[in-house]
Amino acid sequence: MQAMINGGKRIEILLVEDCRDEAELTMQSFADGRVRNRVHWVEDGEEAMAFLRRQGSHAAAPRPDLILLDLRLPRMSGHEVLAEVKQDPGLKRIPVVIMTESDDEKDILSAYDRHANCYVTKPVDMDKFIEAIHSIEEFWLTTVHLPAA
Amino acid sequence: MIQPPTLVPSRGPGREYAMPRSGKTTVQVLLVEDSPDDADLMLKALHEGNLPVCVSLLEDGEAAIAFLRREGQYEASPRPDLILLDLHLPRKNGYEVLAEIKQDPDLRRIPVVIMTSADSEKAFVDAYNLHANCCVSKPVDQDEYSRAVRQIERFWLHVARRPS
Repeated sequence: MQAMINGGKRIEILLVEDCRDEAELTMQSFADGRVRNRVHWVEDGEEAMAFLRRQGSHAAAPRPDLILLDLRLPRMSGHEVLAEVKQDPGLKRIPVVIMTESDDEKDILSAYDRHANCYVTKPVDMDKFIEAIHSIEEFWLTTVHLPAA
Repeated sequence: MIQPPTLVPSRGPGREYAMPRSGKTTVQVLLVEDSPDDADLMLKALHEGNLPVCVSLLEDGEAAIAFLRREGQYEASPRPDLILLDLHLPRKNGYEVLAEIKQDPDLRRIPVVIMTSADSEKAFVDAYNLHANCCVSKPVDQDEYSRAVRQIERFWLHVARRPS
């Protein structure tokens, strides 16, 4: 019944993460979730913006229902991606979950000031990392009502 | 008739509900909800968690803004760590409250969770466009309702980092 909370349709997720191991763990954890979803993985901020704006090789990209965004990224930082998404009238309502190693208070404040929807610190320990991903998956896919496109 | 909300530093019939437990910093939650039944369910579910939570309950949007800006009788109000906001409120609706919070450079970083029984998609789209941190539909079933509040409590008080 909870799986129907967002209309039962497949949830499209954009994962912006430059570390392959963490991306794979995240994708596995979402694949094991109760709600049907598909994770699209890009490795840097510029590619994330191209995906969201359907540019270049991303011309057929779906509109994501949720964005999981690391802050430390090559080419364009997560802070810059966040600011662009939240200033774009067509994109700003897509929830952005910041997932980062940083627990620097400056990063946390800056992210919320730029309208990050929430901020989660990635634990270093692998089991705790998986637990954190699972909590994000459970909350955002089963409890939250995501906005329609 | 709308009761003017008053803050009383106690449990019981007042408007501030504290569950003091030693050793941990108390998390301040502002709950803006005009339905007493919904508010009761939320207070119960919030206090079932294992962090000390102090909930300030207000029943209309104007009072919520006065509380956040520490105006009038709310001069000594605590800054909330988390706001739970209904959309349908007397005097100033939830959208107006949300817009004011998210346009205020000092208040906008406080996470705002919208809890609503609205069933139109537009309500959710509008709230997210105004930078609600997340929206949750109020389940009709009481157990489901409590479960949703516990999930919110668990995620926002234990998993997410909040700005200090």
